[in-house]
Amino acid sequence: MQTQFVLDDVVTVIGPDGVADPATDPKLPGETVVKLFKHMLLTRQVDERLVLLQRQGRIGFHIGSLGEEACILGPAAALGDDDWLWPCYREFGALLLRGMPLQTYLDNMYGNANDAVKGRQMPDHYSGRPYKFGSVSSPIGTQITQAVGFSWAAKMKGDKSVSLVFFGEGATSSSEFHNGMNFAGVYKTPTVFLCRNNGWAISVPAGQQTASQTFAQKAFAYGMTAVRADGNDLLAMVKVTRDAIERGRNGEGPTLIEALTHRLSGHSTSDDPKAYRNEAEMTAERAKDPVPRLRAYLVGLGLWDDAQEKAWAEQVDGEIKRAVETAEKTAAPALHTMFEDVYATQPWHLAEQQAEAERAPRPAGHGGGGGH
Amino acid sequence: MPQMNMVQAVNDALRLELKRDPRVVLLGEDIGKVGGVFRVTQDLQKEFGPDRVIDTPLSEGGIIGAAIGMALYGLHPVPEIQFSDFIFPAFDQIVSELAKFRYRSGGEFPAKMVIRTPVGGGIRGGHYHSQSPEAYFIHTPGLKVVCPSNPYDAKGLLLASLRDPDPVLFFEPKRVYRAARSEVPEGDYTVPLSQAKVVRPGQHVTVLAWGAMLYEAIEAANQAAALGVDTEVIDLRTLWPVDIDTIIASVKKTGRVVVVHEAPKTCGFGAELIALINEKAFLHLEAPPVRVTGYDTPFPYTLEMDYLPLAGRILPALVETARY
Repeated sequence: MQTQFVLDDVVTVIGPDGVADPATDPKLPGETVVKLFKHMLLTRQVDERLVLLQRQGRIGFHIGSLGEEACILGPAAALGDDDWLWPCYREFGALLLRGMPLQTYLDNMYGNANDAVKGRQMPDHYSGRPYKFGSVSSPIGTQITQAVGFSWAAKMKGDKSVSLVFFGEGATSSSEFHNGMNFAGVYKTPTVFLCRNNGWAISVPAGQQTASQTFAQKAFAYGMTAVRADGNDLLAMVKVTRDAIERGRNGEGPTLIEALTHRLSGHSTSDDPKAYRNEAEMTAERAKDPVPRLRAYLVGLGLWDDAQEKAWAEQVDGEIKRAVETAEKTAAPALHTMFEDVYATQPWHLAEQQAEAERAPRPAGHGGGGGH
Repeated sequence: MPQMNMVQAVNDALRLELKRDPRVVLLGEDIGKVGGVFRVTQDLQKEFGPDRVIDTPLSEGGIIGAAIGMALYGLHPVPEIQFSDFIFPAFDQIVSELAKFRYRSGGEFPAKMVIRTPVGGGIRGGHYHSQSPEAYFIHTPGLKVVCPSNPYDAKGLLLASLRDPDPVLFFEPKRVYRAARSEVPEGDYTVPLSQAKVVRPGQHVTVLAWGAMLYEAIEAANQAAALGVDTEVIDLRTLWPVDIDTIIASVKKTGRVVVVHEAPKTCGFGAELIALINEKAFLHLEAPPVRVTGYDTPFPYTLEMDYLPLAGRILPALVETARY
């Protein structure tokens, strides 16, 4: 564990010349990096389409990851098959990487009958148990303590799985961050805390979130290892997360990673960042975009070119179009599903209320397709 | 059959389940080495070790948040909140997370656990060791709420709660932790959830109560009998989902009902019970339903016996309702 109070080092792999630093390079096979780059492109393309669909009124909401793809996909790629990912709400790219079909994700965006959460939550509040991926809720930081409890249980049972939990720098102000970090430190749980410092908690800049010089240094107060990494450098994110996972697996306890990145979009489709930040000042941040960064690395190694990128974009475009079309054609969940899963078996009062709902007139615009 | 008080009965249920089911884990403040501030978990850490009976940091939100993670993993955590007055730092984890997990994940992530916590006043505990917060949790879809009144039910209801697939808030009435004694079978048995018990049959008026106030209701019923009022006393045992059939059958018989609870009157569970009775038995009612409850003030220290709905306040309500 480090002893210095403030962390000046930021782990970086890909230099401005697009070349990996051999001292920090996680040395992933070329085809793995290509696969991850394709996922970054896919994530961004899906993001852009969802914003458009929201603007057209075809979906209600989207919360995207523009500019943050590297620090979402890099950590997810570092996980083993038996490890778990506990999301905040900006990690749909990681969910697709972990294996959720694009169609299932689009069904969630439409809240239709095929949505894994049965249309019960707003878009981007998915659940991915088959992919060892948690369930999204809106209250900030609640997943942090839960991830600690889950990995603590794994440790008790002698299971070697590690939990990776995502949250933004805003969440470090929540009681849940303190509760989770403290329990993880005390019980040395195999947990990796991934703080995406994207500069903004809706309209509040990171500098107003804390008086600490870094978010990473908060780990020291909990007796925990800390590391800062360039969150726009996919290889750096793979490297620091992989090391943290190994420490967790070897019984060396939890790690807090602060990923330095930037939210290039608004908080969500409901937000207009022009109201609180000077978009001209965003130029410097746009120049650090993780996508061209990794592209330069791959092109330098001869693993990627324009033709491949064009072909991939066309393929993804077709997949998105088909998924959107199917999601829009799929009916809304049946009325009775509203009254299920509240309890394992339905109690008398919900049976009564379901019968009442079934007698009630249906409001217009619901119950027939995904056009809401 | 051994005589036990409620502390011993709850301890016995926890010991049985720790022995029977390796998934069961107890966690909370001071529950291990010292056996809890009321000694309910006495000697369990000695018997099952510090990994199954865990002394946690002083953080109710951390206890419940971590317990949810354990439940998602497949353990059966039994967190203790030292006093139900201290449950509010964990309110977000209980209301926003625990209660909704099964529903919001489309059934992918059920999260079962039993949150044990002492409840109620009459122990000179002031605001923060006396309150009865059950209505907040009854109001939250996805939670079950249980409150036993005696050692036999405490053990049987706790074992039933521990084997229930849904999250349960298990309120232990601390005023009768040691005062109430009854015969408790040594081995395994359950008292099913959502089944109320008619503890004193009567013809003229029904009184609904639970926890420590049940004894006040019985006392008032005995005094009312001397005045010619025959009271039916029902111990709800499970508050939610409540045993509506037993309540409605009784009210249809007597046509008169008094609800007793320690919690403040406004939006207390009594309000919901009376609304249900109005919906389901209105034409059988011979008198307006009456609430005898704590007042809408913070729970007082010196005047707590005036605040509590003791037998002296229940008796006139029974008599007036019966003679209405």
